[in-house]
Amino acid sequence: MTSFIDIFHTYGWKDIQHSIATKTHADVERALYASHRTLEDFKALISPAALPYLETMAQMSQQLTQKRFGKTIQLFAPMYLSNECNNICTYCGFSFDNRVKRKTLTESEIRQEIDVILNNGFKHILLVTGESDAHVNIDYFKKAIAAIKQSFANISIEFQPLSTAEYQTLHDAGVHSVLVYQETYHQDVYKTYHPKGRKSNFNYRLETPDRIGQAGMHKIGLGVLLGLEDWRTESFFCALHLDYLQRTYWQTKYSISFPRMRPAEGIIEPNVIVTDHDLVQMICAYRLFCEDVELSISTRESEKLRNNIIPLGITSMSAGSKTNPGGYAVEPTSLEQFEISDERSSKEIAALIARSGYEPLWKDWDLSFAR
Amino acid sequence: MQPLSIAGKEFHSRLFLGTGKFGSLTQMRDAVLASGSELVTVALKRMDLETDTDGMVVSLQHPGINLLPNTSGARNAKEAVFAAQLAREALETNWLKLEIHPDPKYLLPDARETLKATEELAKLGFVVLPYIHADPVLCKQLEDAGTAAVMPLGSPIGSNKGLKTADFLEIIIEQSKVPVVIDAGIGTPSHAAAAMEMGADAVLVNTAIAVAGDPVAMARAFSLSVEAGRIAYEAKLATPIKHAVASSPLTAFLHD
Repeated sequence: MTSFIDIFHTYGWKDIQHSIATKTHADVERALYASHRTLEDFKALISPAALPYLETMAQMSQQLTQKRFGKTIQLFAPMYLSNECNNICTYCGFSFDNRVKRKTLTESEIRQEIDVILNNGFKHILLVTGESDAHVNIDYFKKAIAAIKQSFANISIEFQPLSTAEYQTLHDAGVHSVLVYQETYHQDVYKTYHPKGRKSNFNYRLETPDRIGQAGMHKIGLGVLLGLEDWRTESFFCALHLDYLQRTYWQTKYSISFPRMRPAEGIIEPNVIVTDHDLVQMICAYRLFCEDVELSISTRESEKLRNNIIPLGITSMSAGSKTNPGGYAVEPTSLEQFEISDERSSKEIAALIARSGYEPLWKDWDLSFAR
Repeated sequence: MQPLSIAGKEFHSRLFLGTGKFGSLTQMRDAVLASGSELVTVALKRMDLETDTDGMVVSLQHPGINLLPNTSGARNAKEAVFAAQLAREALETNWLKLEIHPDPKYLLPDARETLKATEELAKLGFVVLPYIHADPVLCKQLEDAGTAAVMPLGSPIGSNKGLKTADFLEIIIEQSKVPVVIDAGIGTPSHAAAAMEMGADAVLVNTAIAVAGDPVAMARAFSLSVEAGRIAYEAKLATPIKHAVASSPLTAFLHD
């Protein structure tokens, strides 16, 4: 069976980087006024040549987003199940070489955590783990999902890459979406960020969305870790991936997240700085390229950015998040993946959304569709 | 304006509304009331069926407003039939807007699965209003399957492009024994008026009202245009004449 790898390997990082850098104002204008935008148009929109057009892009992004999604922002909460991890990732607080006490939630601890999350108003939940087969494997996932299924309308997961059969099992168990970020599409340097563990296999990770698509999941979430490599080139490859997946797994929805590197225990400094300006350009470019892709912003981002980003094209936000297992109730001081920036509660974020003229959406799915 | 009858129920407004995409529930309710609509569709997936206090349902509690639950999110007949049963139980109505769109990009309806689900749901006693392509053959098949109305699209949902399927809508309206409600793509009041002048029994509008600068004023504008279009249709529109009729070179000899 063909996969994204076949397409990916026909492109070179340096060629793409050069092609983006040499886009002109004329290319940007052609992209802005095209009735259907191509990957070449996307390159123009993320290029330095697009900088003078950012306000125009933002206005077009707002219009397209409202047409498709309305004036609504979906809210979700992450729940970290475990910080056990056998991978070394130089940017992650859960990295195996980070010699700190680890924690995996038991079923009763999961129940304590979800009580708090439900009390915060959430009906959509994102379950997160590190990668450790001994502690968090398919049996653990099935039990965890069974424990929370009655309480939530929509369950997303961000676990280690799994097999197609395992994704099918989780889909049948009630999982709606799977998030898997490539971290970087720059294959030459991938291994320096992921020197040890199963995650160091670039191709296996790159093929993961194919396996999720084959398993029939409702939604696949893509993204790159912003701060590792040139974000413009990364964005092109992520858009290429999205374009391939949409054509291949046409019944699946897609989302893109924008994780920007945040301080965490024992990690490296960002290699490149992605500014707020860059992030806004990225969001608008993705929206202009793909009207229907969901765009998500987490509590990694500052209050200032989150206050202003709502009408620019994003469709979902997390709020009041904890990035450590047990963070909501059981063990507030366990090892966290990264420090959050926006510490406001879910109610404060809902009020912010309403003040911006948008409706906070707590529920936009029903598990009855998953039967 | 004559009242519209669907499955024995009379409607005095021929404008149906969708309830998604509004900036707030208050704004949605105000727009619905300003539109005078008596039938509004609500997505089952948006409703919190476990509590009695779902914000959407509560804000639409009004003597003149009937709820039409929809199955948006269902990818096949099986999911739609299951969702329909849940909706019937939760909202105590057997009316259903059947939406099956396996393609999340353009949300285009699946004809085969929609026909299959309509057959099943009609047997289960539902009043089915299916969202479909402007496909005249499918409309007749749905009639045979027991549909209460048909809801062909004017153009892709949310596109505001108007009646791109006009030629096929005319055939559907000409042939139909059940009410024809133009469902998707109506972006301006003039599109709605054109649909009504064409002879559509009603139109359903959502995006064009919900994301307007002033949704309440836009709801009122649609209400007026739908009424104007229907009255014009009932008053029998003058036939447009595209050619001169001053002389009759071909038939003049008959009068010689």
